[in-house]
Parts: sequence; structure tokens; C-alpha cells
Amino acid sequence: MTGVLEAALRARLDRGGKCLVPYLTGGLGNDWLETVQAAAIAGADAVEIGIPFSDPVMDGPTIQLANDRALAAGVTPQQVFDRLHRADIGVPTVVMTYGNIAYRMGYQRFAASLARSTVAGAILPDIPLEELGPWATAADAEAIETVLLGAPTASDERLARIAQRSRGFVYAVGLLGITGVREQLAASAKVIAKRLKAVTDLPVLVGVGVGTPRQAVEVCEEADGVVVGSAMVQRMLDGAGPDGVAELVAEFRQALDESTNHC
Amino acid sequence: MAVSAQEKTTHPYGNTSVMGDPSESGRFGEFGGMFVPETLVPACQELDRAFRSAWADPVFRDELYLLFRDYAGRPSPITICENLSAELGCRILLKREDLNHTGSHKINSVLGQALLAKRMGKTRLVAETGAGQHGVATATAAALFDMECIVYMGEVDIRRQELNVFRMKLLGSEVRAAQSGSQTLKDAVNEAMRHWVGAVESTHYCLGSVMGPHPYPWMVREFHRVIGVEASQQCASLLGGAPDVVVACVGGGSNAAGIFSGFVDTEAALVGVEPAGGAALGRAVPGVVHGSHSYLMQDEWGQVLEAHSISAGLDYPGVGPEHAHLAATKRARYEPISDAQVVEAFQLLARTEGIIPALEPAHALGWIMQAKDELAGQTVLLNLSGRGDKDVAQMMEHLA
Repeated sequence: MTGVLEAALRARLDRGGKCLVPYLTGGLGNDWLETVQAAAIAGADAVEIGIPFSDPVMDGPTIQLANDRALAAGVTPQQVFDRLHRADIGVPTVVMTYGNIAYRMGYQRFAASLARSTVAGAILPDIPLEELGPWATAADAEAIETVLLGAPTASDERLARIAQRSRGFVYAVGLLGITGVREQLAASAKVIAKRLKAVTDLPVLVGVGVGTPRQAVEVCEEADGVVVGSAMVQRMLDGAGPDGVAELVAEFRQALDESTNHC
Repeated sequence: MAVSAQEKTTHPYGNTSVMGDPSESGRFGEFGGMFVPETLVPACQELDRAFRSAWADPVFRDELYLLFRDYAGRPSPITICENLSAELGCRILLKREDLNHTGSHKINSVLGQALLAKRMGKTRLVAETGAGQHGVATATAAALFDMECIVYMGEVDIRRQELNVFRMKLLGSEVRAAQSGSQTLKDAVNEAMRHWVGAVESTHYCLGSVMGPHPYPWMVREFHRVIGVEASQQCASLLGGAPDVVVACVGGGSNAAGIFSGFVDTEAALVGVEPAGGAALGRAVPGVVHGSHSYLMQDEWGQVLEAHSISAGLDYPGVGPEHAHLAATKRARYEPISDAQVVEAFQLLARTEGIIPALEPAHALGWIMQAKDELAGQTVLLNLSGRGDKDVAQMMEHLA
């Protein structure tokens, strides 16, 4: 059965468009939830919400700082869930955090909390395919779509296995490195999108190193869409508020729509 | 390097480890595994294959053995401490890893890993360091093997271990400050892993302890097993068998894993000593961080807590998964010791035996002092994992 995250992304693709999923840090500032809502209105197909973790090894300086600030302000996973529970966002949400946050709460309780908060999916980047079993069982039981990452270091055979177990979409890691905005789109971004497209029918979204609308358009020559994290989070850190973040989301939306002549 | 038949027969490594190998999924009991970002999974699997192949290859083992003997100065001796024994009422033996080249046990694993990295065609090493001992050892191996080397060190540790920072630079390595979080060992591990994610094709992550994703906990223990193998033979000739107690300090747990591996199949009690402010095993709360499922100091939500210890080398909130397994199965016990007791032990060994220990193994001696009634009349083997030169400036200030 197609989950709500996958369905929302497919709806965009069926209309001939490209998918846009901004990443925003949960609990960063008092208006983070309003920022999520504003991003949805500005044209996000889904919103990825980071649950802050003390040791985010896949993240670069921008998201690290966002994590540190949110944690210093005392945010907990439960607070993020509680606010999402009462919120009307209008597009599916997917949380991104690290394995220990889910493990500490207990995989079943964590998955149930997501479901109660009408979160559609989860990304746990340090729980790779080999370690996925216990989490996947808990997530599947609550119909939480577990998005897996496919990286340039994987063989085609491994990418196929990852894509087969991924739900919602496949997160193509655009470069060898951690999250953060780069001057140029890495050559590896289009390559990994193409390799994943060759082994799956799921939407393939490229993240890590996609920081400008131009880069998003470029990578979408191969990919079905993009995840944009650090560029969005930088705006949150700069105090741009919901409007400032929505403005950036709209810029990405417009660039992607123009590239596909899609309105 | 050519090895004569005579040398081969006196090879200090046995072929099998009494500690046992981890399962296919890299687990010791329920602990271990490979919890890393997808980008690193193929690299860890490649390392696993390369290590298995190298470790089964007599040529690799002979090369490493010669490096141990002719470069690191192995075997390290055992010193029987008459004065200290008289003072504490138990017979204390020191396994002198402090006498190795670079001043600690860390050289064992680093030589093994650098040799393996070369064999894998890697040209660069990246490492994390706390007290600087592992960083210095890695920088040393990088110089010897003509490899580029980057060492991450917490900003706080850079300040308290400036001599080791200078040593690493002298050896041709680049030292980068880890400025996030507590700016200590945990954060240096984060930065080293992030660096590895970006440079995984050319670079070997020379992890400094029996922690991290599979195969590191196993591989690093295997490279340190030489400590236990030597000690077991030395105790056999000195004592006619195993000592009553084997004690070692535990941060990540590499020196303890090395010496325990020589005695885990004997009657000897195995005791790991943790800093009271960094007692992951003492608290026994399981978690998943830095690549493995093990015990971890964390809050109720799973945020990793900062460890606090007078010794930069033990300032780590996690612990190697094999120690979690040894604790859970009760084959080893783990005891906390306070900074004040460590300082006392540091001074006692200097005064009674003329040996200035590193602050890390001073934890192990601190426990012997605390437990001396329980240990009365027993024979205790302490792994003196490093020498105290690096800590002298810090202690001078502390004791002023």
C-alpha cells in the first residue's frame, strides 16, 4: 500500500513537476512549527523535521549549530511530537533524527509517537540496511514510511536492495560528505540519482549539497526532486522567521516549476 | 621484511583468540554492530574483508610482528613492584606498555591499522585523540609509512595536552580542533567520522579504541591482543600461572581489551576501572552512538552526556561493545574511581617505584589502593598503559 508520503510525492511527479522537501530543525525557535506550515504553503511537497541530537555525525556546521541551539533551549523529542500532534500542516511530514533518539525511547514507542502525531515517515541515517530490522518492524506496524539513504559508495546491487526496502522515497546522498551548502553541485549528485532511478520506481530525491534553486534544477535533470536542509536551516538560524524561510521555499518551487514548465 | 624460521616459531601471537570473534553482524552478545551513515557502510565492509584477509595471512602477521619488535620495542616487560606491594599489602605486577615507542599501548593498534591501510591502498589516515597518545601514535605510523595524517582533537584537550599537539605537528601531521559540544574526545570522534564520510575512498579512519562500527572493536582488540599474549606467557614464567586479578583502566577500553584477552579463559578476576565522571559501564544504560550498540552515558531522551575526568584519554561517555558484553555476562567487573584517588595513585607510583604513570592507568592503581583490603595477599597484574610525561605539566598545576 502506498503511504501518504509517497502518495504526495507521486502526485507532484504525476503532474509533471519535481518534488521539493525542505528540512527544518524541530524546536529551533518558538516559531519553528509556524515555519513548517509556511514552508508547506510556499510549495513544499513534504517537510522533513529534524529532531535535535547531541552528536549528529552526518551533519555539517549549520545543522550542528541548529541542533545545539535547540538542545540548549531544552527541546525534547516529546515536545516536537506534542506540537506536531496539534498542528495542521497540509503536507506530509517526515522526521529525521539519529538512531539513539528512537532507541532510547524504544522503537515501538517512537514509531507509535510518530503515528499519533500524524508524522508520515522517518529517516534515521545511522541505522543502515544491516541494522534496520528491529526499527523497520516497529515502523511498519505503525505504517511509518522509513526512508533509506543511497550513497555514492554503494554498489548497484546494494542500491537496489536499499531502494527495495525504502518507503516514501529514496534519499540519494548527493556527495561524499556531510550536510551543508556547497558552491557547486557535486558531479556525484546526478550520477547517484541516475543510478538509483535505474533500480527503483520510487521517487528519488537528492539531498546533501543541494543549497540553491539552480543546483536543485540541475540535479533534477536526473532526480525526481530535492531535499534542501542547511540552506533552510541557515535562514532559521538567521532569524528570518516563517516568512523568510517560506520565501526561500518559494524560490526553489518557482525554479523547479519553471524548469518543468509546470504551474 | 624477511622473517627467519626461528622467529616464526617464537611469534608472540597465537592464531586464535580466547576472547572469541564477534558474530557475522559484528556483535559480542547483543552489543556491537555497524550503526553508521550509509556512505560509510561499504567502507566498513571493505575494512572487515581486508582485515580478515590480512589477519589470516602469515606474511602480514610477520610484518606486524617485526614492527612490534624492532620499531615499537616489544615485548614490553613486566615489573614486579616490591615497594608498592609492601605499601598496599598485595603483590603488584606492572605490564609496562609505557615503555613502548610513543609511550603507550596505542602504538600496537596504530601499526596494525597503518599496515592494513597500506595494504588496502589508502594514502591518508584520519584519527581522533583525547589525551593525544593515540594521535601521536597515529602521526608516528603516518610518518613511518609516508602517509598523510589528520588528527582531530577537542579544543579543551588541545589546551590541556599541548605537548602532544606539538609532537603530532613535529611528526608531520595536521591537528584540527573539534570545537563542537564538550570539545573533548567524543567530539573529536564526531569530527573524524565526518571527515571520513567526505574522504572515505582515499582515507583510512584509524580509530583509537575498541569502539565504533564493526570491525573496529574486534580489529583493534586483535591488534592489542599482543599485550595479553605476552603477559600471559610472562605470568606463566614469573608466577607459574595467571595472577589473581588483572586490572586496567577503561575509557573506550582498548588497553583493557588487550590485556583481558590473555586471561579471559583463566580463573583471574578481570577488573576495568572507569573514571567516576565517565562510567558508561557503571551506569549500564544501553545506547547506539559512534557506530555501535553499547553502554552509553545519556539523558532520558538519548542525548549523549559529557563525560568528566581529569584524564583526557578517558573522557568518553561510551565504551567498547565487547566490554558491555563482558560486563553483562559478568566475566569482568567495572569499578569507578574519583579524580582525587587518581591523583593520589599517580603520586604513589612515582614515589614508591620511580615510575610516573599516565593519568589513565593511574585510575587502575587508584582502584587497587581503594580495594587493598579485598586484595590482601593476592597477585594483581596492572596494565600500565602509558607513561606520565604528557601529564606532568597538568599535575604540576594541579598539585601547586
